Amino acid sequence: MLRARAAMLREIRGFFEQRGVLEVETPLLSRHANPDPALDNLRTRYRGPGAAGGLELYLHTSPEFPMKRLLAAGCGPVFQICKAFRDGESGVLHNPEFSLLEWYRPGFDHHALMAEAEALLRRLLPERGAFERLTYGEAFGRFLGLDPHRADSARLRQCALEQGIVGADALDLPGVDAWLDLLLSHCIEPKLGRPAPVFLYDYPASQAALARIRPGAPPLAERFEIYIDGVELANGFHELTDAEEQRRRFEAERAERAAQGRFQGPPDPWLLEALAQGPLPACAGVALGLDRLLMIRTGAKRIDQVLAFALHNA
Amino acid sequence: MATYSTNEFKGGLKIMLDGDPCSIIENEFVKPGKGQAFNRVKIRNLKTGRVIERTFKSGESMEAADVLELNLQYLYTDGEFWHFMNSESFEQYTADAAAMGESVKWLRDQDLCTVTLWNGAPLIVEPPNFVVLGITETDPGLKGDTSGGGGKPATLETGAVVRVPLFVQTGDAIKVDTRSGEYVSRASKDD
Repeated sequence: MLRARAAMLREIRGFFEQRGVLEVETPLLSRHANPDPALDNLRTRYRGPGAAGGLELYLHTSPEFPMKRLLAAGCGPVFQICKAFRDGESGVLHNPEFSLLEWYRPGFDHHALMAEAEALLRRLLPERGAFERLTYGEAFGRFLGLDPHRADSARLRQCALEQGIVGADALDLPGVDAWLDLLLSHCIEPKLGRPAPVFLYDYPASQAALARIRPGAPPLAERFEIYIDGVELANGFHELTDAEEQRRRFEAERAERAAQGRFQGPPDPWLLEALAQGPLPACAGVALGLDRLLMIRTGAKRIDQVLAFALHNA
Repeated sequence: MATYSTNEFKGGLKIMLDGDPCSIIENEFVKPGKGQAFNRVKIRNLKTGRVIERTFKSGESMEAADVLELNLQYLYTDGEFWHFMNSESFEQYTADAAAMGESVKWLRDQDLCTVTLWNGAPLIVEPPNFVVLGITETDPGLKGDTSGGGGKPATLETGAVVRVPLFVQTGDAIKVDTRSGEYVSRASKDD
């Protein structure tokens, strides 16, 4: 397994070197927390020169913000292989510390980046063949016969009950997106990427995170995810570059955390500054879970099988 | 009231669900990278024995079930109830037919059983994995038969009927696996 991981990392670095994408490193420890309500930072503390009273630091949930600052400074196409950390996540497919490949391509939109991700993954998983492309709306239509862009919470709950998700009647979920997550994770994801890998793309605007929103009826987030064997492997965006829109989204995320009584870390002023002054070039970026990719390459069923030491004996 | 959050869920944990005590068999954490986290849990209803799957929102809490497993000695039955005793505290417990289930047909006085108590009352009674019982009736077998193949029904002193090899006779004692209901070997009555 150690050799399989080393071989995978070597192939990935070779792929990007051939394409002239620069490998970079950015800090794992940040002075700022990620406001995304779906993610929680692990927190730690530095004491020493420059911080006699101690300075709270946050282990990043992904290298996205500092990599975008590099892009805004004109670094060109970059990739990073690093550890990322997420509090509250442990299970068959989750370890609170995991390995991530993240890369950014100035001038690409999400479709161009999907093509490059497919090229990388077809080299790493040669027996898989061509990828399928499916919009979020098409997936819900095909597997559940409903329109995710128009259904309300009551309709989605009813669908969950019809699909045999026991306990759906008692679930108290915060809104339409959580109900969509329930249906996606229980009824659709398990069927995706068997055997042909799937790009799921064009998400509801309410799930844009850091993706551009394409106006229309309905407006759609230019975001994609990759599924293989029912496992979510990657998440990519045609990146939002508008500083004002980014500021509004951060504020909305912070308001949502506050409403849920969750921890609020200090907001990151530097990403907004970089977006405003850079500017951030039009670009697309994607983060890919390397432990899950290694699981697929080796046929492992649980993430702890591909880690030298998982949480329980770390 | 004690509660457990989904972060405490693991195999063997006892929680209350829809008014019934349940035991968690398997707990799966499900979370889209950018979305709501869920726990998909396999649960055994301890009253009915049925296994169901149930989805919780991560972070939810469930009431703990006051469930305890004890080794109790079977004393006797009065026809309606079965009486057990804790041989350390001498405390006595009364189980009804629902709690006894199939166990009834394996028990002799003094057998040590695993009894699951819910709110202090027996909910499930499990006999020892192996019991030695005398045969009260079986057809005479053929001479020279070995333990392989064929077999015949034999009625045991508790009323249970098991298949035994042809050489086993009325009056013999046999060892039975109560989980499968199958004959294991001939035994001495003292086993």
